Amino acid sequence: MEDNQEIVADNSKPRTVSVDLQADPSLQVEISDAVSERDKVKFTVHTKTNLTHFKRSEFSVVRQHEEFIWLHDAYTENEDYAGIIIPSTPPKPDFEASREKLQKLGEGDGSMTREEFAKMKQELEAEYLAIFKKTVAMHEVFLQRLAAHPVLRKDHNFYVFLEYDQDLSVRGKNRKEILGGFLKNIVKSADEVLITGLSGTKEVDEFFEHERTFLVEYHNRVKDACMKVDKMTRSHKNVAEDYIPIASALNALGTQETSHLNKNLLKLGELLEKLRKLEGRVASDEDLKLSDLLRYYTRDSQAAKDLLYRRLRSLADYENANKALDKARMKNKDVKLMETQQQICCQKFEKLSDSAKQELINFRARRVAAFRKNMIELTELELKHAKASMLLLRNGLIALKGDQ
Amino acid sequence: MAAEREPPPLGDGDHTDFRELDDAEDLFASTVSTLESSPSSPEPASLPAEDISTKPNGPKAAQILLDDDQEDLFAEATEEVSLDSPERDAILSSDSTPAITPVTPTTLVTPRMEPKSLSASDLFDISKDEIEEELNGDTFDISVSVSDPEKVGDGMNAYLAYRVTTKTSLAMFNSSEFSVKRRFSDFLGLHGKLASKYMHIGYIVPPAPEKSIVGMTKVKVSKEDPSSAEFVEKRRAALERYLQRTVKHPTLLQDPDLRQFLESSELPRAVSTQALSGAGILRMVNKAADAVNKMTIKMNESDAWFEEKQQQFENLDQQLRKLHASVEALVCHRKELSANTSAFAKSAAMLGNSEDHTALSRALSQLAEVEEKIDQLHQEQAYADFYLFSELLGDYIRLITAVKGVFDQRMKCWQKWQDAQATLLKKREAEAKLQYGGKPDKLQQAKEEIREWESKVQQGEREFEQISKTIRKEVGRFEKDRVKDFKAVIIKYLESLVHTQQQLIKYWEAFLPEAKAIA
Repeated sequence: MEDNQEIVADNSKPRTVSVDLQADPSLQVEISDAVSERDKVKFTVHTKTNLTHFKRSEFSVVRQHEEFIWLHDAYTENEDYAGIIIPSTPPKPDFEASREKLQKLGEGDGSMTREEFAKMKQELEAEYLAIFKKTVAMHEVFLQRLAAHPVLRKDHNFYVFLEYDQDLSVRGKNRKEILGGFLKNIVKSADEVLITGLSGTKEVDEFFEHERTFLVEYHNRVKDACMKVDKMTRSHKNVAEDYIPIASALNALGTQETSHLNKNLLKLGELLEKLRKLEGRVASDEDLKLSDLLRYYTRDSQAAKDLLYRRLRSLADYENANKALDKARMKNKDVKLMETQQQICCQKFEKLSDSAKQELINFRARRVAAFRKNMIELTELELKHAKASMLLLRNGLIALKGDQ
Repeated sequence: MAAEREPPPLGDGDHTDFRELDDAEDLFASTVSTLESSPSSPEPASLPAEDISTKPNGPKAAQILLDDDQEDLFAEATEEVSLDSPERDAILSSDSTPAITPVTPTTLVTPRMEPKSLSASDLFDISKDEIEEELNGDTFDISVSVSDPEKVGDGMNAYLAYRVTTKTSLAMFNSSEFSVKRRFSDFLGLHGKLASKYMHIGYIVPPAPEKSIVGMTKVKVSKEDPSSAEFVEKRRAALERYLQRTVKHPTLLQDPDLRQFLESSELPRAVSTQALSGAGILRMVNKAADAVNKMTIKMNESDAWFEEKQQQFENLDQQLRKLHASVEALVCHRKELSANTSAFAKSAAMLGNSEDHTALSRALSQLAEVEEKIDQLHQEQAYADFYLFSELLGDYIRLITAVKGVFDQRMKCWQKWQDAQATLLKKREAEAKLQYGGKPDKLQQAKEEIREWESKVQQGEREFEQISKTIRKEVGRFEKDRVKDFKAVIIKYLESLVHTQQQLIKYWEAFLPEAKAIA
């Protein structure tokens, strides 16, 4: 059973989407370091454990993104875990956009002053750093959810991932991955049909019926919300960045100005410069608290849908086994065989359903807690920034009016 | 703006307030003395109605300004306003307002001292502190507003008519509040007239808003759509600022063309303002010729002040253009932010609807509402970004072009003087030659020509000195206005930013308990 406690004061890494997963001391996993090279990121995965299975109680390995994918696929391909929501893969580290922006800046736009250039560079570097921190957090949460899950944590591949200090040599899998990916998508669309009830498979369980309709709609809407909030935060960043050349031009005007208007111009420039930092923080907080949250639940709701697909496939198998048994009974051929088959299918299905039900209940609780936490934190941050901005502007106004 | 005022009925049909103006000659011939001087007391007291004939020294300074120029000024003025023509009635009658009492022409209207209901941009608040020494305590108690854009006609011949309302206690106007309908080309026509009369003698005439073929075509063709509504509002505000700047100018205020523009219900259509008309093309050619001339005039600047100022304005121009471009980018991005926030709000509402946990569902809907309100805030802020900040910068960029133009006029004036001197020299040489040549009648003519050119040289020098003097004064006034305008806008803009933050605090504070209530 997962713990759904409120987060304990651990501010070493930005925990954006999941509530604290480090409550269990028997297996604690974190990404203690990360290095960004040319086009890959190397994560240092650090484990602390008192489980006897491991050779040591504390150890670190270096892993790259592809190895996380490998681990995820190992879980999804394992039938034993069919009734569990497998934590979705962290997104691939993507610094492309940020790198492009930095490059464009470097190539030079002769219209910028040195000051402006330095500020823009600072902004872009901060952005790069933020993206970096986020990708670390995503990979970490993935591992932590696995470590916290009573069944998934016991997986052999997981131990290997955590402990084996050599390269897992999974990079060659890329082509196979791509082909596998195609196949998965085809199978998935068949499953979509299943799950949207267009096939003949009857759903007898009210709970799952509700979950099915709910999840399909929810997933689409959360995906859409994520896209829209991304656009919004990007616009917000643009607005913040626009203050840079404005502040700079105001400073230039103010320095040139011979009348006592110069004070006002310089003051406005100063205020806008400070304001843009605050606006920038608002944008990045919205990104962290809303954007990442919605992105996470887009993927997690997809994982939940995958669970439902698997269950329905299992149900279909069960129904087929029933039909085969009836046929066998009619022909009076292989009855014993078919009976065993049918029993196996039945057991599988029921086990899966029970597990799935629990998983979906947990999913809901997790989701509600995460939304609650993030919405509260978002609101508190927005308030903090708005109050700081207002104070800054008010004091500026008082100073200006006083000079009149 | 002027929306709250009930529009006084337009039209020449109603002559109930027609005043006999036996002394109309006085009224118009000496525009100099019509500026009413008020005692410099700040409280809104009723100004005594003064008899113009007993106010010989009133606007002393105004006389100084117009003294030498009287000829020029009135030579053209009498063409425009033909006092004995049948149009007199139309020109002199104004809209009826209840406060006007029929008075004899020498006792002017009791000025109504209502609280200065200036338009939204208090930028043009003409307070007592605005008194310049030269004008000896004259106040500019006049405010104009442009409102109620109305589409007249159909298709490509359609145009927008704006209501121009003037509120004033100045004696030279027939009433204290009146309004007329004007179209954009009327404004351009007014500017054209003022520019042709005053720029060449050194006055900085505020430039009119720019034409926009694209913008107007959209308005003519389309129905009610937000982008054309925006264009119309932008134009209305620009026209208002243009008029407010023009009436603030003490010399221009006395111009009969300006008065006619503000007061008379019918105005001859200014056709020469069309971009592609013959006059328009002529203007373009002249501008090009001027530019070439400017390059060839090498002036011996004896006065460092002018050189300094020109450089200053050049720098200012560059900096303002840069700032303007940056502010325009901000306006654009903020509008985008507003649109994206609105889209997100709708999406969040949908998400809230599909969420099956009741408390979370409610919280998400509340979040959607907060974001809707924030979208409104962004729109308002973008509006402030634009109308306060961006448009001010745009106006000043155009104003500085006018300032530069006036400096150029001085150069031309200098050149004219130099040319006269050169001609005089030639004439003198010619005369000297004739003296030894012995042709008495030609000699007489030569002597006459010399006298003629001597007076032209004198006039040239006088004009040059005059224009230099005028420019100095104008630049002083311009700078004062500029400082005042910018200071006011900076404060207002900051206030708009403060307001936005205040509202944000309000909205988020209301939302916080909702988020915490998720169980």
